[in-house]
Order: sequence, then structure tokens, then C-alpha cells
Amino acid sequence: MTTENWIAVCGLDDIPRLGARRVMLSGIPVALFRTGADRLFAIEDRCPHKGGPLSQGIVHGNAVACPLHNWVIDLEAAEARAPDRGCVRRLPVRLEGGTVLLDAGAVLVQAAE
Amino acid sequence: MRRKLVVIGNGMAGCRAVEELLARAPDGFDIAIFGAEPRVNYNRIMLSPVLAGEKTYEDIVINGRDWYEGNGITLHAGDPIVTVDRAGRTVTTASGHVERYDLLLLATGSSPFILPVPGKDLAGIVTFRDMDDVEMMLAAARTGRHAVVIGGGLLGLEAANGLNLNGMAVTVIHLADTLMERQLDEAAGVLLQKELEGRGVRILTGAHTERYLGDGRVRAVRLKDGTEIPADIVVVAAGIRPNVALARAAGLTVERGIVVDDLMHSSDPAIFAVGECVEHRGVTYGLVAPLWEMCRAFAAGLAAGDTAGYQGSILSTRLKVTGVDVFSAGDFSAGPDKEDIVLRDARRGVYKRLIVSGDRLAGAILYGDARDGAWYFQLLKDGASIADIRDTMIFGQSLAGAAMQPTDAVAALPDDAEICGCNGVSKGVITAAITEHGLTDLAGVRAHTKASGSCGSCTGLVEQLLALSLGEDYEAATGPKPLCPCTDKTHDDVRRLIIAHELRAIPDVMQHLGWTTPDGCAACRPALNYYLLCAWPGVYRDDRQSRFINERAHGNIQKDGTFSVVPRMWGGVTNPRELRAIADVAEEFAIPAVKVTGGQRIDLLGVKKEDLPAVWDRLNAAGMVSGHAYGKALRTVKTCVGSQWCRFGTQDSTSLGIALERMAWGSWMPHKFKMAVSGCPRNCAEATIKDFGVVCVDSGFELHVGGNGGMKVRATDFLARVETETQVLEYAAAFIQLYRETGHYLERTAPWLERLGIAFVKARIVEDAAARQAYRERFLLSQTVMQRDPWQERDTAEFKQLETV
Repeated sequence: MTTENWIAVCGLDDIPRLGARRVMLSGIPVALFRTGADRLFAIEDRCPHKGGPLSQGIVHGNAVACPLHNWVIDLEAAEARAPDRGCVRRLPVRLEGGTVLLDAGAVLVQAAE
Repeated sequence: MRRKLVVIGNGMAGCRAVEELLARAPDGFDIAIFGAEPRVNYNRIMLSPVLAGEKTYEDIVINGRDWYEGNGITLHAGDPIVTVDRAGRTVTTASGHVERYDLLLLATGSSPFILPVPGKDLAGIVTFRDMDDVEMMLAAARTGRHAVVIGGGLLGLEAANGLNLNGMAVTVIHLADTLMERQLDEAAGVLLQKELEGRGVRILTGAHTERYLGDGRVRAVRLKDGTEIPADIVVVAAGIRPNVALARAAGLTVERGIVVDDLMHSSDPAIFAVGECVEHRGVTYGLVAPLWEMCRAFAAGLAAGDTAGYQGSILSTRLKVTGVDVFSAGDFSAGPDKEDIVLRDARRGVYKRLIVSGDRLAGAILYGDARDGAWYFQLLKDGASIADIRDTMIFGQSLAGAAMQPTDAVAALPDDAEICGCNGVSKGVITAAITEHGLTDLAGVRAHTKASGSCGSCTGLVEQLLALSLGEDYEAATGPKPLCPCTDKTHDDVRRLIIAHELRAIPDVMQHLGWTTPDGCAACRPALNYYLLCAWPGVYRDDRQSRFINERAHGNIQKDGTFSVVPRMWGGVTNPRELRAIADVAEEFAIPAVKVTGGQRIDLLGVKKEDLPAVWDRLNAAGMVSGHAYGKALRTVKTCVGSQWCRFGTQDSTSLGIALERMAWGSWMPHKFKMAVSGCPRNCAEATIKDFGVVCVDSGFELHVGGNGGMKVRATDFLARVETETQVLEYAAAFIQLYRETGHYLERTAPWLERLGIAFVKARIVEDAAARQAYRERFLLSQTVMQRDPWQERDTAEFKQLETV
């Protein structure tokens, strides 16, 4: 058990639209995605296939294509799109003013599990 | 005794508040209005039509002198209030006049944001806020030629349009990447930009103003990238700031605006505030509709004791540029519970996007046809359920609710209804052709009637006609495969239509060709980026986010997420200085592996992404540039030592290889492209499994094309034999350009050549000297902008590291 612990990680403008940035949070690499419609997603920066850095992929709709073998990861559902199968860890992220916040508490809980 | 109400601000909010109050309590108050402008109350949002010459100042006056007199209101125009004494309940004007109040209403509005850049105080820099600004702009249009508008929002674009209509050459400088980004999505923003550019307004997006130039009077605007734009007048429309100085000096609670509650009370119960100067529930407003609602809440509360109050506003905007129909309302950001309904009609230039949340409409963007804006806005404000009209509501109010099968609509059309606007083909002609020629597919209809053969926007209708005519016999076309699941267009269609319709941006292509996804996918975006880059060299702005990571990071991503770095070695030739630099950089950055590649280059493997810029810096310093070993681009030119050293060599293959590489490096291609030059038929450089290979012989040079190693080895086809090195370069340039212009993205020359045939290539490159020259010239023109070392662009955000937390 732990409580919420929102940490400011960057400004919205630090993440290009249809792009991503990687941030280390409590030792875990987290990919922050910004979609074309300015939605934010935080996903552990690891493809369920071969561990590829999802933050380096091409963002489209609410999905990203892994740069290694082109698996398409649905950021909303936090899983690979068919025909591939696999889940990713989605972390709480929110925008306050122009600042992007991550919940470090949630990261620790998930890390402990 | 009547209470004394003093209103500070003779603008739209101040006067509207008074009107609302008078309507409810005609004799309740003794009212005095103080205004800074020496005018009666006019409709500020109609300044754009005044500038455009469509209206006059008289047309936009809301309340003339008689209104003030008839209602017993004292107007102090041109004498602004400078202090408020809350304890004594008095206000004092600039001229020293003191007025007592029981109740005070602040309606001080907002001021344009002035960019804090050097030269901001020069004459000729104006805002677009009041009649004085309009008069200055009209005066400038009579004597000057060049106008610059800073800010591509609602107001800036209206100013730009007005100045353009007044005969000025107008440039809009906009910080964001698309126009009106707060009201429109990218697709609508791009359409709007194209429309305004068509009217002669020059628009620079992603542009930062650095300073104003001039001596006393502004002469030009300089951007951060060094561009200078001549300007006889500069209109700054880069946003507004609530006017809060008076309220702050009086000690009221002020955040971004004067903080008010739902009944428009400030922190002092005797003082109210309405309009653009206020902040309500953390929100400030810059549009007129919220202001009307605030004034209503203020008056109802004060005169009738109605405590319902102001609940905040859902916003809608409409651009006031004649002939451009743009409407936006509500929230168009996506969210987990949001869904899009999109209609694109390229021929009519219509784009509609409705954002639905559950059974409610959350937002609407209309471009090209905003007739139903009011209806959507009402649905939005009412929070009405749209469950029953969801299927048809995108078509507008008149059609919503009349649910139909898609084919019903086509069946209902008369025979003379036009189906294909590009080629003027009616429904009757198409159905007759289907019956007469026994057509069963789209290709047949295209061949016989030309319908859907040009822009393709009517393809769906033609297919429905086929389905209607053939019933169950019709199966959807099994013709050429679409580029990707986002579209029904093939690679060839897309390339052809990009040129035919002069599409110059990815959203533009998606709009015109009816993409079914908002921003494409990982397959189509890099393809479109390449097609646009190839079609419009020097004009199209490369879209980084549509490139694969290797081309964004200028390195090849490895399985562990690190990158490889390969410096270019022209023709495979290097020297001790370059080798020393490579060795030094490998040690300095602890690069774990150094390997010679199959293309005669040295590969530094396992470089961390954040080290890339520094690694390049060291290699650049030693005179090396990127080898593009990661890109869909010219990779390497492999050579043998040739006649300079080899006892069998017939020509100087090394120098020729270097010349080829110097000519072709930096060029983006449909796929990777490799060349080789062998100095004799023993072919040590393996030129016959390259995209373009040269084999030197005693009498000249044999040119071979379309080979590759790879999963399926393909030996080259023989293209031609030429006599001079100059000819080799000429044929190579022409061949590369032919491939660039006709290859499908990610199609190497081997499958490309099998698809089109060597005869197709020979007809253009060998047999037709004029065509060869034209291809060559287009290639060299493109190279003038493509030959930039990507390692030089190091200040991009791509490599900026976020702090570890």
C-alpha cells in the first residue's frame, strides 16, 4: 500500500505531438506519449515482444508501433493489437497547466507486485 | 432612494450589464459609466468587417448617445478611472473627477499581449483591439505595401484577411504548427491555411518573432531563423491579458483575472466584475458569448435576487472571413470516453468532425460548411441525448433522424445526378455502362466512364452503384492493394493525386484522399512523408514524427535500444586522420563494438542515444558526415581499387565511385539504395547485385540496375553501355530520379524493376535523351536541398533528456 505521489516530469511542450519522451521514474524507464489529439499516456518503456523501447516508435491514433519489430501497442488498452498478444504496464499520468505529472506511488506499488 | 451604480468600462460587457439591469429594474439604479475611449459603445467583434470594408463604424455602434440620455445614464467617455477608494466608496478619474458609489461594476476588459521583443515600441506596431487600431491599419494600407500579422488565431487571421483585402502583401507569423490551434484540429487548420494562402496571404507556422527592425518606425520583422520580412505595419494579435491593474491596486483578489463568484461578486461584496477582466472558476474568457451570460447572471442576481448565477460557458467560435466557413465548439481533445465521427468531402472542401462522449455531443469542428454549427452547439449546450440521431447527425439537422441504408441514398438519386464531379459522369451513364459492357468492378467502370478515376472521392458511390446493379454478384474490388488500412488508395493513386491536387502536407493528403484515421498509421505516415518530400523538394517541410526512429536519430536502432553510427567514407576510401578520429571517439564514449560493414564502411555499434550528438560532433570535427547507413536513402558506393593500382583495372573505378557518391548522397529514396563500381569484368565490387552498378571495360562503362543481395538475391538487368564518366553520372542521376518518382515506399529497385519492366526504364533513361535530361535535372534540383548533413542538426528536441525522477 502506498499513497498517490504525483511528480512533475516535464512540460507538455517537451513531448512532440505524435511523439514520445522517455523518463526514468524510481528506476523504471517510462515512455510518455502525446497523441495527435494531445492525449497523454505513460507506459513502461518495454515492448512485451522483445523489450524494445516503445518511446522510440511512431505514434498514431492511440497506439505506437515498436521500433524493433513493428508490434502495434494500443496505449489505451495497454496491450498489443492483434495478431500479436501481450500486455504493457500503463501508469497514471495527468496534465496540470502545462505540466505533465506521473504518480510515483503507483510505480512503486506495481514494482512491488 | 435609488442606489448609485458606477460602471468602469464602456465596452461591450459594461453596457450589456447595464442593459440587462435596466430590463429587470428600469428605475432601480442611478447609473454612471466611465470609458477610456472617447466614443459611445460599439460592437468590438465587428471590427473585422470594418477593416475588411464590409461595414462602417456607424454600422457597428450598439448604443448611441440617445440610449445613454434616454435611460438617464451619465457617460464619461475619454476620462478613465485611475483609483478606487473602497473604504470611502469613491472612484477618481484621470482628470480628477470624483464619483461616489453604492455599487461598483468593473468591466475593464482585456489588453492585447505585447511580445516582449526588441523594437516593440517602434511606430507602426499596432494591436487589433479598437477603432483606433483599425484606423491606423487603414491608413497604413493607403501608403504602405507590406503588412505583418503576428498571431494566427481568430483575431490575427481576421486582421490578415482585412489587410489583404485592402491591397497589402500580408504575412502571418504563427508560433504553433497549425492555425487557430485552440479552436481547430490539425486537419481543419491546414485546410484553412491553404484557403488563406490561395487568397494571397503568406503564412509562416512554427515561426518565432525575434525582433522588430526599424529606426523610429518599423521596417521589418526578423524571425529566430534569421528570416526578415518587410513590414510597413505590424499587427500584434498574440493573445490577450485581462485588465486587472485597477482591481489589484484596490486590493481585490486577482489571479489571472479578477476573481468572481457565480453572481459576479469580487472579493468586495460592493464590487462586481464582468467580461474579459474576470476569472470565474479558474477560467478567463476572450469571446463574446460568455460575456452575455455573465451580464445576465449579474443583473438577475442584483435586480431580481435570482441566485442561479453564472455556471461557466461552453465556447463556440466562428471565423469572420467572408467565404471561409469555419466553426468550432466545445471540447475537441480526445479522451478515453470520446469518439470521433468524421466526414470529409474533398471536392466540396468540407471537413466535419463531431466528438461524442457517451450519448452526448462534446465538441464540433466544421470547415467549409458550417450551416449546422448552431444546431450542434445547441445539442452541446443542452447536453441532449444523441443516441437516436448518432448515425446521421454528421450530415446535418435536415438529414438527422432519417436513417437509411447507404445504398438507399444512391438508389434514390435520379439518373442525371452527378456522381463523379471531376469527370462529369452521371448516375445514368454509370449504370448504363455497367449493363451494356457487363462491368463487374471498379476498374471496369473507370475504364469505360472515367468515373472515380481522378480524385477518387466518389469511389464509394460508384461501388454502391455496382452493388445496386449487380446485386449479390458484386464483390468489392480485388484490384491493386491499398497503401495501408487507413485508405482505399494505392501507392500510385496517392502519388498521382499529391501532384494533381498540389497536396503539400500529410493532413492535407489525408483530408483530400479520405483517410479513415485521424493521423494515419506507422505504415502510411512515413510513406506520405517521403512522397511529399519527393514531390515538393525545398517546399515540403519534413515531418519528423512521421519518420522511423532510425531517420529521426540518424542511426540504426539495435536490439538493446542503442544505436549504430556509420560515418560516410566516400567510395570506401579513408585516411589516418579519419581512422584516428573514429578510434578516439570509440574510446571516449566506450563504444563496445567497431566493425567493417559489407559496404566498405566502419560501424560503431552500441552507442547510447544521448551520446549520439557528441559522437557526431567529434566525427564532424574530423571532416566526416553521416553515412545514412540507417535510412531509406543512398547508403554506400562500393569500389575496387581500379586502374590506379590493380593490374587488371581498365578505368579509375575508385574516383568514379567517389564522384557517384558525392552526387547522390543525402537523397531520400523509397528504400535503401546501394551502388558499386568495379574496375573490370572480374567485378570485385559486386556491382551486379546493386541497385545501380557500374562495370568498367576497356571501351567504357557498363551500367547495370535493379540488383540486390538480401533475402531474395537478384542480379541486375543490363541498362546500357556508355563511353564517359560524365555519361555514367548522367544516367545514374536520371535512373535514381525515375526510381524516386515511381517506386512505392519500401520497394527496392529489384521488385520495382520486376513490376515495371526493364523496357519501361530503358524507354525513359536510354532511348529518350530529353526525358533522361529532365529526370537528371529534377534529381539535381532536389539534391540542392537534400544534401545536408543530418549530423549538423543537433539542437533538436529528439536528444533532449528528461531528468530522472
